[in-house]
Amino acid sequence: MAKGTLYNKVWDSHVAAKLPTGQSQLFIGLHLIHEVTSPQAFDMLRERGLKVAYPTRTFATMDHIVPTTSQGRPFADAQAELMMQAIERNTKEFGVPFFNFATGRQGIVHIIGPEMGLTQPGMTIACGDSHTSTHGAFGTLAFGIGTSQVRDVLATQCLAMDPMKVRRVQVDGKLGAGVYPKDVILAIIRALGVEGGIGYAYEYAGKVFEDMGMEGRMTVCNMSIEGGARAGYVNPDDTTFDYLKGREQTPRGAAWDKALAHWRSMASDQGAEYDDRVEIKGSEIQPMGTWGVTPGQSVAVDEKLPDPASLPGGQRQSAELAYRHMGLKPGQTLSETPLDVAFIGSCTNGRIGDLREAARVARGRKVAKGVHAFVVPGSQQVRRQAMDEGLDKVFTEAGFEWREAGCSMCLAMNPDKLKGNQLSASSSNRNFIGRQGSPNGRTLLMSPAMVAAAALEGRVTDARRFLN
Amino acid sequence: MSDSKIVKISGRAVPVPGDAIDTDRIIPARYLKEITFTNMGEYPFFDERFDAQGGLKPHPFNEPRYKGARLLFVNANFGCGSSREHAPQALMRWGIHAIVGESFAEIFAGNCVMLGVPPVTTDAYNVKKLQQAAHDNPQAEWTVDLESMTVSGAGESFAVKMPESRRRALLAGTWDSTALLLANRDQVAAAAARLPYMTGYA
Ligand code: SF4
Repeated sequence: MAKGTLYNKVWDSHVAAKLPTGQSQLFIGLHLIHEVTSPQAFDMLRERGLKVAYPTRTFATMDHIVPTTSQGRPFADAQAELMMQAIERNTKEFGVPFFNFATGRQGIVHIIGPEMGLTQPGMTIACGDSHTSTHGAFGTLAFGIGTSQVRDVLATQCLAMDPMKVRRVQVDGKLGAGVYPKDVILAIIRALGVEGGIGYAYEYAGKVFEDMGMEGRMTVCNMSIEGGARAGYVNPDDTTFDYLKGREQTPRGAAWDKALAHWRSMASDQGAEYDDRVEIKGSEIQPMGTWGVTPGQSVAVDEKLPDPASLPGGQRQSAELAYRHMGLKPGQTLSETPLDVAFIGSCTNGRIGDLREAARVARGRKVAKGVHAFVVPGSQQVRRQAMDEGLDKVFTEAGFEWREAGCSMCLAMNPDKLKGNQLSASSSNRNFIGRQGSPNGRTLLMSPAMVAAAALEGRVTDARRFLN
Repeated sequence: MSDSKIVKISGRAVPVPGDAIDTDRIIPARYLKEITFTNMGEYPFFDERFDAQGGLKPHPFNEPRYKGARLLFVNANFGCGSSREHAPQALMRWGIHAIVGESFAEIFAGNCVMLGVPPVTTDAYNVKKLQQAAHDNPQAEWTVDLESMTVSGAGESFAVKMPESRRRALLAGTWDSTALLLANRDQVAAAAARLPYMTGYA
């Protein structure tokens, strides 16, 4: 078992009791909820006559179903409207703070937690959403849960859990110019596999993460789950504290100094022990894109797609399925197939820095004919910031649509969906079959700069061509 | 709250081969717009079972010979992706009460246990044999036994695994964990009081 890691320290400080099953009863410091995975949980509370145990430790927003062309009510989609009403009713009845449109703080749950400073080092964080791993960027233990567990957290502020193992994923060296955190995590998943992380929390360490900003760390931690790791984290450091300082929910004055001392103490010890260690060379990572139907099926932008026969046994069948679905061929590169849709957004890459990088590529250029390109900021605050910087104009002048905040075509529960077998370049996190709303739709995952470049070119291309 | 002990699950089996079958494939996101789980049993593998016109596509869940199956035999990393509990809800409400596979995504496996559906693992070779046997003889009766930790049927028996705490929770009937957690209110309050952020870092 790992010893002396941040994971161990956070876990140990949050165990409230031992359960008869042998599991630990883990206190959850921050619980985030959204409209899709919470209504059934609140119904279960009602059925059992239970209250929310710590209503000031749960925060709600709405992101998955919201339309991004307008936030006007009622929503055109009756089911979405019903879902919206359910979260309004539930948060009101149970006294849970709700960041709805009117607060100016609505957005994707994993974007608003950090931007408000709710996410703080050393916490346990749970949310009925697998990308809760995002919050690990701050040195938290953060993981996704199912709806029955949402019920448990609401009713008790606790979860019944078994500990995870800890793998240190060390990426040393320096990233090349135009290589982004998205490329780093795609390279990690490709190296370790989509099931390599099952049973593990990933500790991301090494020079590449030390140099990386908080937004990049969030992008990396976000996709831990795509590598099978339910949680991933980066040890908190000055970059973390600088990001948190002055945010609306972070401590001030004397409390800030105490918080800082506590946060520093939670980082992994020098001599910490790990269940496993892997090393990846940062300088070798290239701009990446996925070509298949799992986030592990990726290549560098100019690399030829693999021959299934050349892959290890377990990956062959999945590669064959991927080729059938994607209509791509071994030996070709990603740039050979024309694009229909370009989507910039999601909890992976819908932050202000992501929009700045995409705008850098798009500035003064035009989206290729026939490509539907759109930008969906991750939160209302990101949207306002981008507009203050004039990024919305850069995008619209280039031919991108500029939208309201939400998850949008990351999972297509709102009206933004692929049609037929459209091919999309997407800055989101999942290229699963059907993920973007059409059973035959096809998704290529890449960084926001790469999506913007693909939109301009009408096919995948090396974004570095446009970055100088 | 539930006192239903889960010890043995018996019934016919349906094989669904393939690695990394994600929860978007198990239940497409558009069905997550319903605010109750009531209808989920109609949707498992929806887009793999039906084309755009509602016509049947070849899928084990469409084959009459597997109708009424209570066990599901799958391969590696089953249930990866989204944390949606709708996925195990859909399988359970369709009729699945135990799943045998090479490996499961963590959140999915946890969600299954919370519903009283044991996810148990065995190696790739055994899974292949199980899937073949269920395919060759869909009428065969299988039993997942959480006491002996075996899956047996068609004259064969294979050892299976699951984390001990989950096994205990199922055997003791405490897989619905709310009651267990509620019992420790005082310890929870004490733990909260020790956490610096719970007292505003005062
Ligand atoms: S942006 Fe996508 S991955 Fe992130 S919470 Fe929304 S739907 Fe989930």
